[in-house]
Amino acid sequence: MIDKNHNGGVIILMSFVIAYMLMAMPLPAWAANWRPAWVAIVLIYWCLALPERVGIGIAWVAGMFLDVQQGTVFGQNAIVLIVIAFVILKLHKRIRVYPLAQQAMIICGLLLITQLLTLWIRAMMGFPPQHWTYWMPAFTSMILWPWLFIILRDVRRTFRVH
Amino acid sequence: MSVDHRHGHLENVRSFLSTLVYPLQYIVNMPVQAGRWVSNSVVTQTQLLEENEDLREGLLLLNQKLQKYDILVEENNRLRELLDSSVRLGERVERVLIAELIAVELESFRRQIVINKGQRDDVYDGQPVVDANGIMGQVVHVNPFSSTVLLITDQTHSMPVQLNRNGLRAIAVGTGQDNVLLLENLPTNSDIQTGDLVISSGLGRRFPRGYPVGTVSNITMEPGEPFAKVQVTPSANPGQSREVLLVWPYEENTRHEQVSTNLTTK
Repeated sequence: MIDKNHNGGVIILMSFVIAYMLMAMPLPAWAANWRPAWVAIVLIYWCLALPERVGIGIAWVAGMFLDVQQGTVFGQNAIVLIVIAFVILKLHKRIRVYPLAQQAMIICGLLLITQLLTLWIRAMMGFPPQHWTYWMPAFTSMILWPWLFIILRDVRRTFRVH
Repeated sequence: MSVDHRHGHLENVRSFLSTLVYPLQYIVNMPVQAGRWVSNSVVTQTQLLEENEDLREGLLLLNQKLQKYDILVEENNRLRELLDSSVRLGERVERVLIAELIAVELESFRRQIVINKGQRDDVYDGQPVVDANGIMGQVVHVNPFSSTVLLITDQTHSMPVQLNRNGLRAIAVGTGQDNVLLLENLPTNSDIQTGDLVISSGLGRRFPRGYPVGTVSNITMEPGEPFAKVQVTPSANPGQSREVLLVWPYEENTRHEQVSTNLTTK
């Protein structure tokens, strides 16, 4: 499927790089648990916008890098991102036509489900999170989604990524 | 996942991938570095003079303490010789290296930090890390240019300690909170007081012996419970220090010597 119509791979890569940097950016202690799941929502955007280009393979690679960067056990973030990519790919036609608020709510629900998965993995390894703010990234991601969607859509149109 | 968690075969893969991630961490760290550089270069002369004065005074005080320490070590060794004990204080030469923290955040709800020394500086898995005040943690992932340190306050971390006052041994377990450790399985009748200094005992052969770990801050004895609940405030402060020390406590040859002396004394 490599033809001339596919361009802007660099843009997709750059958006992921920025997402990784935002994941690693130091925040004050009270805000650290509220950090949105940047890589996950960027992945969701590209899966929605270009489902034929960004899929489960890219989700797996992105997850492995996230595992290395965050110091988690190998595969924890990979499986989370794969689940996200799978669900979004299955539903992308439906989600695309929803208004932004409804999209944000669906994404919040999806992230909560994957956090449940993470919780399960971490509990099996013996270090469950001990505070209710563990669930907060899903909600902060939900609040940020409309802005992120608009910014990335403009970027995609400016650079003609398709 | 379970291969990584239980066997650690994937450590090489991880360290390879982390070289790709390192530039990212470097970029994230740059604003912090720039801030430090600015605050370092924009200081007035009077401030520098004041700081210089303070440092001089501090050095004088430390030197005076060190004089006493040398005498104490000698005396301690003499007394131990009298007692025919094989354990000696201060005979082991420890190699140390200063590492700088990289300001990146890792998984939430875990206590981990990243430092800028790695494989090329001979950092090894399980190496103890201390700061100016006490033991901070141990290295868990070694990458070519950086390594990850698990702090003693992480909830999966525990280390053997003893009380400085009477040598009572215990295990200090991290709680996941920044300034609380717990001493586990101490009977309610054990001799322990608030304010006791807790030091590393060197059992387990991972941390060097005699470094401060923390001070006992709170003891609660529930009548129905067999064990006391002892809280310790760690003396190391990872939130404030930006430089840490990597310690090589047991060089290979001394390790063999020690094992053999232990065997002969038995």
